[in-house]
Amino acid sequence: MSNPRSRFVTAWMCMGFAFLYIPILSLIIYSFNSNKLVTVWAGFSTKWYGILLRNEQILEAAWLSLKIGFITAWIAVVLGTLVALCLTRFGPFRGRALLSGLATAPLVMPEVITGLSLLLLFVAMEQAIGWPAGRGTFTIIVAHATFALAYVAVVVQSRLVGMDPSIEEAAMDLGAKPAKVFFVITLPIIFPALLSGWLLAFTLSLDDLVIASFVSGPGASTLPMVIYSKVRLGLSPEINALATLLVAVVAAMVVGIGLFSARQEKIRQRDIQMAIAANK
Amino acid sequence: MSEGKKPDPLMVAPWKDPAATPYIRIQNVTKKFGDFVAVNNVSLNIYKQELFCLLGGSGCGKSTLLRMLAGFEEPDGGQIFLDGQDMAGIAPYKRPVNMMFQSYALFPHMNVEDNVAFGLKQDHTPKKELWDRVKGMLEMVKLSGFASRKPHQLSGGQRQRVALARALVKQPKLLLLDEPLGALDRKLRESTQFELMNIQEKLGVTFVVVTHDQEEAMTLASRIGVMNLGQIVQVGTPTEIYEFPTSRFVADFVGSVNMFDGRITDEDNDYVRISSEDAGCTIFINHGVAAPPSAALAVAIRPEKIAISRSPPANTQENCTQGIVEDIAYMGDMSVFNVRLKSGKLAKVTQPNLVRHTDDAIHWDDHVFMSWHAASGVVLTV
Amino acid sequence: MSRAGYLALGDQLATSAEPLIRNLVRLAPIRILLNLFGRLGLRGRGLVIFLPYAWLALFFLIPFVIVLKISFADQLIARPPYSALWELSEKGYLTIKLNLNNYRFLIDDALYWKAYLNSVKIAFVSALICLIVGYPMAYGMARADKAWRNILLMLVILPFWTSFLLRVYAWIGLLNNNGIINNALLGLGLIDQPIVMMKTDFAVYVGIVYSYLPFMILPLFTALEKMDVTLLEAAADLGCKPLKAFFTITIPLSMPGIIAGFSLVFIPALGEFVIPDLLGGTDTLMIGHVLWNEFFSNRAWPVASAVAIAMLLLVLVILYLQSRFQRAAEAP
Repeated sequence: MSNPRSRFVTAWMCMGFAFLYIPILSLIIYSFNSNKLVTVWAGFSTKWYGILLRNEQILEAAWLSLKIGFITAWIAVVLGTLVALCLTRFGPFRGRALLSGLATAPLVMPEVITGLSLLLLFVAMEQAIGWPAGRGTFTIIVAHATFALAYVAVVVQSRLVGMDPSIEEAAMDLGAKPAKVFFVITLPIIFPALLSGWLLAFTLSLDDLVIASFVSGPGASTLPMVIYSKVRLGLSPEINALATLLVAVVAAMVVGIGLFSARQEKIRQRDIQMAIAANK
Repeated sequence: MSEGKKPDPLMVAPWKDPAATPYIRIQNVTKKFGDFVAVNNVSLNIYKQELFCLLGGSGCGKSTLLRMLAGFEEPDGGQIFLDGQDMAGIAPYKRPVNMMFQSYALFPHMNVEDNVAFGLKQDHTPKKELWDRVKGMLEMVKLSGFASRKPHQLSGGQRQRVALARALVKQPKLLLLDEPLGALDRKLRESTQFELMNIQEKLGVTFVVVTHDQEEAMTLASRIGVMNLGQIVQVGTPTEIYEFPTSRFVADFVGSVNMFDGRITDEDNDYVRISSEDAGCTIFINHGVAAPPSAALAVAIRPEKIAISRSPPANTQENCTQGIVEDIAYMGDMSVFNVRLKSGKLAKVTQPNLVRHTDDAIHWDDHVFMSWHAASGVVLTV
Repeated sequence: MSRAGYLALGDQLATSAEPLIRNLVRLAPIRILLNLFGRLGLRGRGLVIFLPYAWLALFFLIPFVIVLKISFADQLIARPPYSALWELSEKGYLTIKLNLNNYRFLIDDALYWKAYLNSVKIAFVSALICLIVGYPMAYGMARADKAWRNILLMLVILPFWTSFLLRVYAWIGLLNNNGIINNALLGLGLIDQPIVMMKTDFAVYVGIVYSYLPFMILPLFTALEKMDVTLLEAAADLGCKPLKAFFTITIPLSMPGIIAGFSLVFIPALGEFVIPDLLGGTDTLMIGHVLWNEFFSNRAWPVASAVAIAMLLLVLVILYLQSRFQRAAEAP
């Protein structure tokens, strides 16, 4: 790694990662600033964390967002997995192309359009059949599940496509009925995809501002909606503290997963050694 | 008399017994994928305890036929009977048929024991019997010490044996094997071939094997069905397929062969003379042929059935031609000579290397004579 | 997480899931529901297809029909603020009122035109910058040794899991007149007046590139990583200089990644609302922002619907172009 080309690439990479992480680092550093003016350093303090944790509005919004995210993730995983199954395991059926289109469209649809169209649907439904009466948590969950299921479907689909189809056939050949094959063979094998699909759906829901703003009603303000209303008014040290907590949680999770997979990798290496030894 | 008693030939070769009922009856089966006809009007009888090989190149329909026996594909036309029962509409999980997959398809999240037990669990076999059978089967495939390992902790050969044990433990009426040795390296393949034959003999299960490897088919099979373009082109024992091919395709596909075009000039009930410009000589064959006089046909002669020498043989009138050696491939146990005939055709001759070294060996550019016995040529009309 | 870890978890899930489902199916309400579906001919496979189909049709397909309908309606001061498209008169005549005014409005008013063109321009330039910034990064990652590769990949993905909104917010603190960058430059004496960066197009570009850079890097990385490095060795062996090999071999072979990355940045940037709203000035017109304002500030639902339909057409055109390019790039 000493020729000029790779030095250029290394330098560029360092700058790129600096660009990606300096904003996040600045959020963290200035969250410990005692000054009310966020960007003017006036000494170290953790007081904004105390203020944040006493802010009822933010805590309530965070709790609501977690609830919505949790329910959304489950619905999205179930429906997304069903979509993936239809598209990979059911062969050609009438309406397959439409389903495939419907399931991928939310990925490329601008959020403002998805939000607007869903709101208009809910309004029209309320007019026509009186349900759902008003908008709030329920409509947000429906909206989030609809676009999150598309992400789950993509993740699960790629896993199903990559899976050796003879494994399912073998189970059927040995006497397991289709439903049993799914639960005992397919589900455990695609479980990693389901887990990452779940986490993805949860995060997408937790992160969404635009769609929630459209389909929410009075009394149901998610965390991004509250943050947005505060941020519009300018910088706020409390938001910095909130961001720091969020980054800390994510970083802890990533480090945890990293350690776990390093351990698994070690076990895997040992297994490979074992298989080689068994060959002799 | 009783000492030298031969086994009843009909017991060994039930297909020769007109009274025997076939165990598997495939009748006019056709399968299409869109416009592509994968299996075209195939009829085939397979008898109990046979080890039947379906041999053919990729895309010849052999795997599709196997998958129809397993129930993964439904025939578009025709019927399949197993032990007298029509298999139409019977789901794979209800068939008394098990399959060993080319990829082995072991369940990655279950250990060896659970993989083998899976099929019995589906039948709700009583616990004690279930584990006894699993244990017995693992002993038979010599994997007793590996019961709690996961598939990725096993070598290729061990995985193959788990797949075999898993398919056999349900004691199926019919075991289907899709390229059973395809994923193994050469050395392992040879020993596994014999292991597979032993197990088949011991359990008496009927095997249908799909393979593209002719050597594998030759060693394993009681009979071989050669497939091409969705059709069965010839069915017979390995010897029949090799020594008495009925078509140019089979002669060419199984082993290597010299094919000489020619025309009948003289024939009778017990001999035929063919003049062949290709071969550059008259070919005499010591049996009659069911072909119209002067029909265009081909004579197939295997390279190992041709003798090669620098000095002329006793009879140079018939079954003898001349040429120039163009290439010699030394293979250790034998040598392959490529000889350019006068007609311009390249002929192939193999000779066992009987002695280590001889000064008299044939060299490049030598002028050589090639001759063969009157029984060596096979006349092919199609 | 590694496969083995997931699989171990999956094992437990499967063993517990199967009896759970079996018992769930026995529960009275679910049994009645399944029975009902069964009578409609929806069993097993049919039911598996029906459920997601029904959900997507109801919550994704029908909404667009409604948007289309409302885009032809009149603006009313009512709840909801639009007129009905068809009316049954007392005599039983059906009158359908198709109002194209909203669309004419889009064409006549320069605001919308400008917003469309500006969105396309900003999205295109941002995607281009992402490509220029991201390509060397993806290249470096793909050629790094294995341990580093995974760490770098994780570093690219990590920002995804933190809040998008907060990451945009961070730039306010950096770009403000009294923000971190200006303070630093003033403190170092490099400038004596703060540089105005907030509420400009520049801030919007920075925000979009920053937010969507990972979307560019990931497909590029995938394309570059699976590229056969011996191809470059073969090129060198045949007398091709490294830089030339890069342009004649590496870039063409990573074309599918370039196109995928480009559209992954371009399409969401086109409809972006948060970034122009928080970082852009009043003259930074973007179509997503315009739609939001029509809807929330002006309560002009029919106009907003018309804007949405026009935007949808734009997205469809782009998707069509993308699939054509992608096919051309992947063809051998």
